[in-house]
Order: sequence, then C-alpha cells, then structure tokens
Amino acid sequence: MSIIKMLDEFTSENLTKKTSSRRELFSTFGSLGKKAAVAAVPFGLAGKSASASTFFQQRAHEEPFRLALTLEYLEAQFYMMALESGVLEGGSREEIAFMKISEHEDAHVALLQAVLEEAGVNTDSPSFDFTVGGMFDPFNENGDMETARAQVLALAQAFEDTGVRAYKGQAPMLMGTPWLEPALQIHSVEARHASEIRRIRGLKGWITGSERGAGMPDATQAVYDGEDVVTQGGVDLTTLDYGDSPIVGDVTAAVTQAFDEPINSETATTIANLFIVADDNGDGEEDTEG
Amino acid sequence: MKRPVVKVDFVDESPKNGKFKSRRRFIKIGGLAFAGSSFLMYSCSEDDDFNPGQQQGPDPEPEEPEEPEEPEEPVEPEEPAAFDLGSGDVGILNYAYALEQLEAAFYTAVRAGDYYSGAPAEEQELIDDLYNHEVIHREFFRAAITAAVGEGNEDMVLPDLEFNTDSIDFNDRTSVLETARLLEDTGVAAYNGAGDRLESATYLTIAGKIVSVEARHASAIRSLLNPQSADFAGDDILVDIQGTGVAYDRAADPSEIISEAGGFIATEFTADNLPSPMTGS
Repeated sequence: MSIIKMLDEFTSENLTKKTSSRRELFSTFGSLGKKAAVAAVPFGLAGKSASASTFFQQRAHEEPFRLALTLEYLEAQFYMMALESGVLEGGSREEIAFMKISEHEDAHVALLQAVLEEAGVNTDSPSFDFTVGGMFDPFNENGDMETARAQVLALAQAFEDTGVRAYKGQAPMLMGTPWLEPALQIHSVEARHASEIRRIRGLKGWITGSERGAGMPDATQAVYDGEDVVTQGGVDLTTLDYGDSPIVGDVTAAVTQAFDEPINSETATTIANLFIVADDNGDGEEDTEG
Repeated sequence: MKRPVVKVDFVDESPKNGKFKSRRRFIKIGGLAFAGSSFLMYSCSEDDDFNPGQQQGPDPEPEEPEEPEEPEEPVEPEEPAAFDLGSGDVGILNYAYALEQLEAAFYTAVRAGDYYSGAPAEEQELIDDLYNHEVIHREFFRAAITAAVGEGNEDMVLPDLEFNTDSIDFNDRTSVLETARLLEDTGVAAYNGAGDRLESATYLTIAGKIVSVEARHASAIRSLLNPQSADFAGDDILVDIQGTGVAYDRAADPSEIISEAGGFIATEFTADNLPSPMTGS
C-alpha cells in the first residue's frame, strides 16, 4: 500500500474530531518552553499553522513531520560531516557509533521526505553551521584535535537528547494518524543513540534532573531545561511509599531519570536554529532562495 | 470448555495494519506453548472467535461498537476467574503495569544475586539505576491506574503478579544481561505498539516519557554486552520501514510481547478486551 493510499484511508472527520482536544493538551505543554524565545522560524512553521488551520486538520502529520525532518536533516548532515572530518579515530567506539547512527538518520530523512513529498510539502533542507559562528570546532578546522573530539561528541549528545524530546512532544499531534507509530519507532531509536553517546562521554545513559552533564557547553542547557519533573499524571513520585522496594540513592534523581520530558516545537526550533544559518539574502526566510 | 486459545480481537489485524509491521504475527497455540506459560487462558466455546487464516480477508466483524459480547456463560465455577487486563486506556495501562512489574521484579532479583554482588562498581551502579527506574514505573502505574478506575473499582487494577525466573541464572553475568536485553527491547516494542491504542493524549505522552527511558536502558545493556559495537541500536533488533533502512524500533502487538516475555509471568491473567490500534499503522 502506498503512503498516499494510507493517507486516504482515514477520514478527515476523524482527524478534525481529535485535533481540538490534542491542541488543547499540547498548549499545556507549551508552558515548558515559555522561557525559550520564539525566535525566527526558518522553515515557516509559525505562519503556516495560523493561516492554514483547516489544511492542518486534514494533514495533521505535516507540521510535526516538518519539524522532525529539520531535526533529522541536522543530525544526518552532522554525522556525515563528523565522519568525513577524520576527528573520530578509525575503529573506535565513537566511530562505530557515529557510523551506525548516521545510517539511521539518513533512513529517517528518507522516510520523512517521502511522506512529506507525497503530501506536496516543501522538503528543502536548511543550511547548517555546526560551529555556530565559530563558537564550536567539532570538525577540527582549527587544528585542535582534542577540543574537536570533545565537541563532536558533546554536539551529538545534544542533538540526540533534543531529538528524543522533540519527537515526544509531537506524538499527541499525530494521534489518530497512521504516522504516530512510525514516529514512535524513530523516537525510541533516538533514545538508544542518546544513551550510547552519553555513555561514550562517560555519563549515564539517562538524564538526571535538568543536568546537561560534565563537559557539555553552556549553550546546550536549553536541551535539558525542564527535564527535572517529578510529578507524572498528577502523582508526585518522590512522595510515593516504595515499601519493600526502596529506591537506591537519591529518590528525586531517580524519579527524574525514570521519565524523559517532551519539548514543544518552539523549543525544538529554537535549539535547531542555533545551528541553522540564514539564507544568502540574510533575511531568514527560507522560501525566498531559488 | 476451557482452552489455551487467544481471542482473535486481541490481535486484530485489519488489512490496513500490515504496512509497517514486518514482524506482526498472530499469536498461536504453539507460541503459547513455547512461552511455557498458561497465564493467557481464554475461556470460550465458539470456534469462530479463532481464525488463524483471516489475514487475507476483511475483518470478520469490522469495528463493532464495544458492546459486551454475549451474556457470559458461567465459566469453570470451581476456579476463580483470571484477572482480565480490561478495555480502553485502562487495559493498556494494566498491560504496561504487567511489564513494569516484571522488569522491577527482575532487577530486584538481580540485585540479590551473585553476579551483582561481584560486579564492578560501574555495572552495579547501572543495575541500581535500572532497578530504581523500573520500580518507579511500576509504582507510578499502580497509582495512576488506581486513580483512573476511581474509588470502589480497585478490582480493575492488575494485582501483584508472580514471576517464574527459573530460566535465569542470577549468578551469571551473561544470563542476567541477556535477560535484561530481552526485557528492555521487549518493553520498547510494547510501548511503541501500544501508543496507537491509547485514547488519551496524556497517557500517550506519559508512555512516551517511559519508552525512551526503556530504550536508553536497552542501549546501555546492549553496550555492556558488546561494548565496541553498534549493538546499542543493532540490526538484530531494529526493523525497516518503507525500504528506507533498518533504522526503527519495533512496534509490537500485545500478542507478540506476551509470546516473548510471557514465559516469566506465572500469574494467570487474560487480555481479552484490549483495544485495537486506532489507525492500524
């Protein structure tokens, strides 16, 4: 069955019904990202959702997938450049991990592109600058290999942990569409990646509190803000009686590790925008370039 | 008559289901035997509820509203009825609760075994974390389901299960870590497959918060078993979607999960009323 056919198989009635409640809920997540400035949205998400809401009710997956594709483009290009840079030692655990992850991100790009292209949505990739205007040197353009190695791993961690949070944040938008399940199948693979990269860096595979972890640049803190949640579904899990299964060590730390938190599209976009460069004309509008 | 047969609507496979499911399959009597457990008993005398050949045809009973099926015949009055996971979101929450109970019990037993006591500090710390997380997940579900069913309906909350861990050697690192790998990978696939069965966006988000932690666990256990490798997200566990590559976690039906991990569960329960996938994707 083709993707188009699958899209045709569920009625717009179903989707419209779901959308309102989904949006309501999503707006409650919005508060998580309030502190992040809603900066330039280089791929036009903001304008689109306001002006074409009817369109979106029938195409509920497009906005989440557009965001996902941007993040996947970022990751895919990052891993490709990292592997080409020679920063990772041949045969090292880092290189093995980057090669596998790179394969996965390429596949995710291909799937999201195919889905969006069938829906007639623009799938142009933004342009990326992984040095963030010279703040980082992950590909060792300046000849300091030690710094480059540390930074290429730090950025990989930030991208993977961002990916996990961003997909999670989009899941409610995909309810009732055939795209929820594939998105979940990508989401957990990003978490596998994140865990391995974190462990390579000497951290735990999971996130404690809102700690970005040793050696992570300040600029990556936005990836971890809001991860320190202890109340799930109205239950403060630090106050539960764990009875004859006592928690080992700090309960609050364990509770925050046990649940990963979502970010909304604004926060994800703000993080991605750090690495996205404006087009040649410098006005930040992606569609003006030929 | 009581037979180890799983009702067909439990593994509902509508034609639109097939697209992304390279490993979807029907639970079979043989699968249950392999699991070595009889916890999934279905009491039934109507043969047309079990139709192993139905994948080619349209749904035998497409989308019947969830009426209670037939007035239940009294079944095996001499035995107490097995707990049924229930329907709707509560059914899925109970299903997740069962898996979290299993994982928590497993890591509890690991920490009492010789592998753990002799393990390097780094591995002990990792096992401690996994134990903590699974106990927290378990207690979260106990609290959340109890709240969801409301006062007076506590009998809809899955009771404490008993487990059969005879096949695991808790003194042996490989046995422990390979079991951990199985449970974590299975947990990931279970949550991914359950997402599309949930009605509540709140529960979907909570499931999402948990599944990525399970995936972080699976990755860590896999890299403990084979550090210098791509096993953390290995081709042995991932699947392809649309020919784009082996780059996706599985999303498995409850029937698959039960055939993979059910052998560890000693307490009999049924899963006769779990919701079907909403979109079948």
